Amino acid sequence: MSLLPLIASLLPTDASAHGPALDHQLQLSLWITLGLAVLAHLLLIVGLVGRRTQARSSLWAIEYLPLTLLIILFATLGIRAERLWALTRYTGASHEAMQMEATGLQFAWYFRYTGPDATFGITRPQLASAAEGNPLGIDAHDSHGADDLVTTELVIPVDREIDLTLRAQDVIHGFAVPELRLKQNAVPGETTHIHFTATKTGTFAILCTQLCGLGHYRMSANLRVLPVDEFQRWLTQREQAAHP
Amino acid sequence: MAFPRMNALGFWLTALALAVLLASHFVPGGAAVSGWTAYPPLSAIAATGPGQGLGLDLWLASIALFAIASTMSSINTLVTIVRLRCEGMTWDRLPLTVWGWFTAALLSVLAFSVLLAALLLLFCDRHAGTGFFIPPGDIVNGVVQAAGHPGNGSPLLWLHLFWFFGHPEVYIAILPGMGLTSMVLANFSRRRVVGYRLMIATTLAIGLLGILLWGHHMFVAGLNPFASTAFSVTTLAIALPSSAKVLSWIATVWRTRPRYTTAMLFALGFVSLFVTGGLSGPILAQPILDEYLHNTMFVVAHFHLIMAMAGIFGLYTAIYYWFPLVSHGRLLSERLGRWHFWLTLYGAYNTFLPMHFTGLAGEPRHYAQLIQIPNAGGRLLAGTIPLNLHITISAFILASAQLVFLYNLARSLRNGTLADQNPWEATTLEWHPRLAFGSASEVEDEAPIIVHRPPCWYLEATPGEESYLPQWSADAIHDIKRMKPE
Repeated sequence: MSLLPLIASLLPTDASAHGPALDHQLQLSLWITLGLAVLAHLLLIVGLVGRRTQARSSLWAIEYLPLTLLIILFATLGIRAERLWALTRYTGASHEAMQMEATGLQFAWYFRYTGPDATFGITRPQLASAAEGNPLGIDAHDSHGADDLVTTELVIPVDREIDLTLRAQDVIHGFAVPELRLKQNAVPGETTHIHFTATKTGTFAILCTQLCGLGHYRMSANLRVLPVDEFQRWLTQREQAAHP
Repeated sequence: MAFPRMNALGFWLTALALAVLLASHFVPGGAAVSGWTAYPPLSAIAATGPGQGLGLDLWLASIALFAIASTMSSINTLVTIVRLRCEGMTWDRLPLTVWGWFTAALLSVLAFSVLLAALLLLFCDRHAGTGFFIPPGDIVNGVVQAAGHPGNGSPLLWLHLFWFFGHPEVYIAILPGMGLTSMVLANFSRRRVVGYRLMIATTLAIGLLGILLWGHHMFVAGLNPFASTAFSVTTLAIALPSSAKVLSWIATVWRTRPRYTTAMLFALGFVSLFVTGGLSGPILAQPILDEYLHNTMFVVAHFHLIMAMAGIFGLYTAIYYWFPLVSHGRLLSERLGRWHFWLTLYGAYNTFLPMHFTGLAGEPRHYAQLIQIPNAGGRLLAGTIPLNLHITISAFILASAQLVFLYNLARSLRNGTLADQNPWEATTLEWHPRLAFGSASEVEDEAPIIVHRPPCWYLEATPGEESYLPQWSADAIHDIKRMKPE
C-alpha cells in the first residue's frame, strides 16, 4: 500500500494552478519529518532496552556525520521550497491577468470588479457606508468608479489568472482559500497583491485566518469558479443590474 | 544570588502580573479581544468590539509587569552566573542547566525590552491619541479614525516588534528545559553528557539564531517575499543545533539501562515531545507551505507539542528532581509520579497530535466554533468535528492528570519519604552536603566549596566501589586512575 495517498486524502481538493507543486512539497516534507521522528524514537527505545555497555563511539559518528546528512536534507528541502515560493511570489501577475479586489471588514468580505474600463475607481474612507450601499466608499464622481461592481461572493472564470488586490478597512484580516492553497493577510493601510489561477470549477470557502474580533469565525464567503462563458454571462447580468 | 532582593521582586511582580491577567476576565467588556498577539488596530481602537476596554488595558498592564519582572530576574541570573561562580567553576564545568538559564536570560533582556517599548506605544495609541500602529483612513464600524489617531502608522510595525519578542520567547521557554534534560538524563544513565562542549555551543547557537528568525511568523502578513526567504533560511538553520541536542540525548542514554525515576521519565518524555513537535518546524519554515498551513491547527500542534508540552515536561522533570531541596528533604511519591507521567504523556499526544490532521484539512486556529459556519466554509470545517471531539476529551484527560500531581505535591510536602542528602547520586553543586536540609550542624566546616571537575563524572561501576565523583569531591587520585580523558 502506498502511503502517499494517505496524506493526500487529508488535504481538501486542490483547485489551483500552483497547488499540485505545493501539495507535493508538503507531502515530501511530511514524509521526511515523519521518517525522522520514527527513527529518533526507535533509536531512543532500542538504546533504552539494550544491555549496558561501556563502548563509546566518537563524536564524529554520533554528531557530525548525522548532522551533515541533515544539512544536506534540509538544504535540499529548503531550496525546493524557495523555488516554489519565488515562482508564486517574487513576480507579480502577468499583464493578461484579470484585476479583482477583496476587502475585509468586521466580519465580511467584499469583492470589486473593475467594470468595462478595467480600472478601479478611487475610494474615500469618509464615503464608506454599508447602509447606503457603498461599503467600500467608491467615489461616484470618479469616472473609473462609476462602472465598478461590488459583490459579496467572489466569482471568477476557470483557467484565467487573477490579480487579486487585498485590502482591509478596519483591522487585519486573513484572506484564505484552502482549496486553492492561498493565504495572505489583508492589512489596513496596505495594498497587497496575490495572483493565482483556478483550475477547477466549483464553490470553495473563503475564510478569515487572522483573529479579527468576536465574529472572526463566521467571517467567510464563497468563491465560485465558473466556466468562462458562464462567468461572462454572470458578469454581464450583474453589471446591467448594478448600472442599468 | 547576586541580587536576592531584585530576584524576589521579580518573582512577586510575576505573581502580580498573573493576578492582573486573571482579573482582566472579570471586568466589564471581558478579557482582551485581540488574543495573546494583540495585533492592532484590533487592540488599539475601542470600537472594534467587546473586550476592547478595561480588559485590554489590564492585559497590557499585566504583560508590562511581566516584562519588567523577567528583565529583573534575568539581570540577576546573568550577574550571578558571570560574577559568583565558585573557585574551579570554569565555564566548561558549568552545568548545562545553568547554561540554559544563562542563554534564556540573555534572550529575555533583549526580547522583553523591545516588548515593553511596543506595549508603551500601543498604550499611547489607545489613550494618548497617537497613531504608531493605526494607518490613515482606518474605518471601524463605519467611523473614520483619522481624527483620533493622526499620522501614518502601520500595523506591521507592531508585528515586527511583537515577534522580535515573541520568537525569542519560545526559546526562553524551552532552553532551560533542554539544559536540565541533558543533566537529568546523564544523572540517571550514570554517564557523561555526550559532547558536553558541543551542547554548550548549541545552546548559544539556538539563542543567537533565536533572535534572527522572527519574520517566519509573518510570511503571509504582508512582508516583502524576499524577506520571507531570508527568514526561512535562518529558521531551517535552527534545526541543526536542535538536532545536535537530540542526538546527544539519545547517545547519552544509549545502552545504559538507566534508573527510571519520575524525573527521568519526564526527561525522556521531553525528548520525545521535542522530537515530535520540533520536526514540524522545518515544514512550517518553508514560506510556500505557510501559504497553506499558516494560522491553521497544524501550527497549533507544532508549538504546543514543543513549547507548551515539552516545556512543561521540562518543568516537571525539574520539580520531581529538585523537590527535596525545597521540601525540607522530602521526595515526591514515585508511584503517583508514574501515574502522573503516563497520563500526561497520553493526554499530551492525544490532544495535540490530531491537530496536525485537522490543520492539514484546513481548520484555522482562533475559531470560536466550527458549526453554523455560513457558506462553503461550513462544509469544509464539518469534516474536522470527529477529530475535534477526540481532542476535547483528551484535553480533559490531560487536565485531570494534573490533579494527580497536585495531590502528590500536597501529600509529599508533609508525608513524603525523607531523602538522603544526595538521593539521585548527582554530581552537581546543589546537592553539596553543606547545602542539604538538616545539615546545619555540619556548617562548622568553613572551607570554601571548590569545584574539581566537570559535572556527570560517572565511573563504570564495579561492585562495592564508589561509582561517581561529585564536582566538589577532591578525590583526585581516584579520578586520574579511573577516568580516561575525553
